[in-house]
Amino acid sequence: MKAFAELLDRLAYTPSRNDKLRLLGGYFASTPDPDRGFALAALTEGLFFRLPLRRTLSEMVEARIDPVLFGLSRDYVGDTAETIALLWPERGAGAEAPALSEIVQAVQTAAPAVLPSLLAGWLDGLDPTGRFGLLKLLTGALRVGVSARLAKTALAEWSGVPLANIEEIWHGLAPPYGALFAWLSGEGGRPEVGAGPVFRPLMLSHQIEDWELALIEPSAFAAEWKWDGIRVQASSRGGEKRLFSRTGDDISASFPDAVEALPEDVVLDGELLVMRDGEVAPFNDLQQRLNRKSVTAAMLKSHPAHIRLYDMLFESEEDLRPLPFIERRARLEAWHEAATPPRTDISGLLDFSSVAELEHLWAGARATGIEGLMLKRRDSPYIAGRPKGHWYKWKRAPLTLDAVLMYAQRGSGKRSSYYSDYTFGAWREAANGERELVPVGKSYFGFTDAELKELDAFVRNHTVDSFGPVRQVEPKLVFEVAFDSVHRSTRHKSGVAMRFPRIHRIRWDKPAEEADTLATVLAMIVA
Amino acid sequence: MHPDRFDSWLTVDGKGLYCRPGGFHVDPSSAVDRAVITHGHSDHARPGHTHVLATRETLAVMQTRLGTQAWRGSQAVAYGEALQIGEVTVRLVPAGHVLGSAQVVIEWKGRRVVVSGDYKRSADPTCAPYELVPCQLFITEATFALPVFQHGDAGAEVAKLLKSREQFPERAHVVGVYGLGKCQRVIATLRQAGYSRPIWLHGALIECCALYESFGVALGPLKPATGAKREELKGEIVLAPPSAVDDRWSRRLPDPVTAFASGWMRVRARARQRGVELPLVISDHADWRELVMTIEQTGAEEVWVTHGREDALIYHIHSTGRRGRALALIGLEDEDR
Repeated sequence: MKAFAELLDRLAYTPSRNDKLRLLGGYFASTPDPDRGFALAALTEGLFFRLPLRRTLSEMVEARIDPVLFGLSRDYVGDTAETIALLWPERGAGAEAPALSEIVQAVQTAAPAVLPSLLAGWLDGLDPTGRFGLLKLLTGALRVGVSARLAKTALAEWSGVPLANIEEIWHGLAPPYGALFAWLSGEGGRPEVGAGPVFRPLMLSHQIEDWELALIEPSAFAAEWKWDGIRVQASSRGGEKRLFSRTGDDISASFPDAVEALPEDVVLDGELLVMRDGEVAPFNDLQQRLNRKSVTAAMLKSHPAHIRLYDMLFESEEDLRPLPFIERRARLEAWHEAATPPRTDISGLLDFSSVAELEHLWAGARATGIEGLMLKRRDSPYIAGRPKGHWYKWKRAPLTLDAVLMYAQRGSGKRSSYYSDYTFGAWREAANGERELVPVGKSYFGFTDAELKELDAFVRNHTVDSFGPVRQVEPKLVFEVAFDSVHRSTRHKSGVAMRFPRIHRIRWDKPAEEADTLATVLAMIVA
Repeated sequence: MHPDRFDSWLTVDGKGLYCRPGGFHVDPSSAVDRAVITHGHSDHARPGHTHVLATRETLAVMQTRLGTQAWRGSQAVAYGEALQIGEVTVRLVPAGHVLGSAQVVIEWKGRRVVVSGDYKRSADPTCAPYELVPCQLFITEATFALPVFQHGDAGAEVAKLLKSREQFPERAHVVGVYGLGKCQRVIATLRQAGYSRPIWLHGALIECCALYESFGVALGPLKPATGAKREELKGEIVLAPPSAVDDRWSRRLPDPVTAFASGWMRVRARARQRGVELPLVISDHADWRELVMTIEQTGAEEVWVTHGREDALIYHIHSTGRRGRALALIGLEDEDR
């Protein structure tokens, strides 16, 4: 537990993705089985303890720590688990630190009644970092900024085995992943995966460049809309059904309606959408359903899930991935017509005979639910990853807005000395009739390192107030902000939220008074 | 004035703690006629006093930092040497906080008071260790007076720094340290851990290190970081004042891992607030256990608390049956903030 807690501690304070990968790799390399396997499970949400410890902990604390001192400490620290970890009375030598595997196995088998005494024993044996890690592990909230995908990427980088190969078997494996680690460290063969559904790494596309577009041979490519949902893989095998995200996360629990509708023994690639009466709902509606451990009946009714199919990878046990795209399409269509699964349809192909026609289609892509165009080589096999020259995405032109810089916040890591996170606003008329700025978005990318230096200097020279790491600046500088879409939001003062806002250009030349108004933003909301 | 009624002869005025039968202040917040100074941190050692009494080391620190503003007259006193000032006897004994730091022991008509100044009980190779003096009134600091503050072994924290250096050998590690005390303690602890490479210093830290060395505290090879080439600093340990770490100064360093050595680093919110990647819990102040233990060991019947989180400590003092009182002293702050 000690090594794992130290890892969690470092990860929590380390903002950089590459540094996190390095720390994870170092841990996997130096930690024996089965501890590293349980650590991997904890990081990839494979343990699901979520023990309701509040009551137990408060009883344990009452027996050991003066309540007044505990209260004062809790107020200062701001987090109960951390407070307990910090002031738990040290037992000194004698109490032995428990291994991570010992803890996991005991929690999985122990009767609830003995848990408090087990927990007390472990807390006695650990230092503050260890105690904090233990409490976070048991309550199921590590919060160290590591996604399951990042943990798997670390496995790939550490072992040299391609990520796609790991993802392909991932969902057939279980903690503590002994066979996986044996394979990754070259001491065993590739683990056999069971009879259930497994994730097959997705084929991804490249953003098309102008020169590539000019070279597109219409007869060699198929075109279809790029739907504005989330890319998913629907997989059913051996009576089990799963829905995986693009990165291989199992999201079945959030979308029971879509999973339920899946037929037996098939692996499909498609776009998950919320659909009402045959119309694609705005992305924001889909977002309401993401990251939920369970969905209410009302939500299922008001935000029904739907999968618009792009491709078919397996039909029964037959692997279709080596076939050309256009043949897989034909198989998908034939299968869909025979199986008629509800809550699905097939993304239609678009007719075009020249690049000019394509451009026309692309320029007209403004309807809700369309993010742009996809171009796929008719003869492409289904290749995991992002192979060059096969699939292209051509996102519709972004929306832009001239907004005024209002606040800047210091970044973290490499950017910790720079004011690099910017909140910008649009004008509106205040109650007293004067114009005021209201924040409409926040962004920390889109500019070069050289521009960052200039922006940092601007912020320092135009600060009117500061609140911790945040500075309020004079409303002087205009950003041309690009974003994919904008929708209504009750969480923001302006009532709007942007999707993927980035600083497109810095308009050093433009007077702030000439920046856009909130009314302009509101007019950009579709549906 | 009555010897048994401490608040009749030790009072708090607009300039701080004043000893009436001795006619002097301890660590006054602005210029006074006669000042006894516990140690050289700027919130304790202010400029402009007419006459200053302190240890030789503290006087040297004051002179370095304040120059001609330091005082008009001064008197150095060795640890343990007893002086008669007015009606009282005064002794300075080691407080274990920083080089030259002292507790002020004041005796008047058979009663003994110890003004601790800032102190710690844990080991520090750069200064004389805390010396316990039994007394009837103990005036203590309370910077870290919450049970959540239990500083561990400084060596273990330095080991974290060295481990991170191995994990990220191409990056510089910049450690935010207060210039007087923390800086030299971190260096000396690195040396104890066997780290023998040059340690690179921000310009503001150089003078204090030289001063420590002139008093016989060996710090090993030190180099100025200002003016060093980026390439040279890869894999090196650089020390800088906290304010320089998250400001433009640190941009000269190659992809630095930002560390901060302070007792506050024990609390996550404090480390996050500063954007620290590698918090090192190294403190020159007594932690909760040391405060509680020291109060007990002095045998004091009455305890006054000068600055910090006095609520918790006063609560504790009352719970042990002692008289306790929070002194509202202005101008004292914590150097790590």
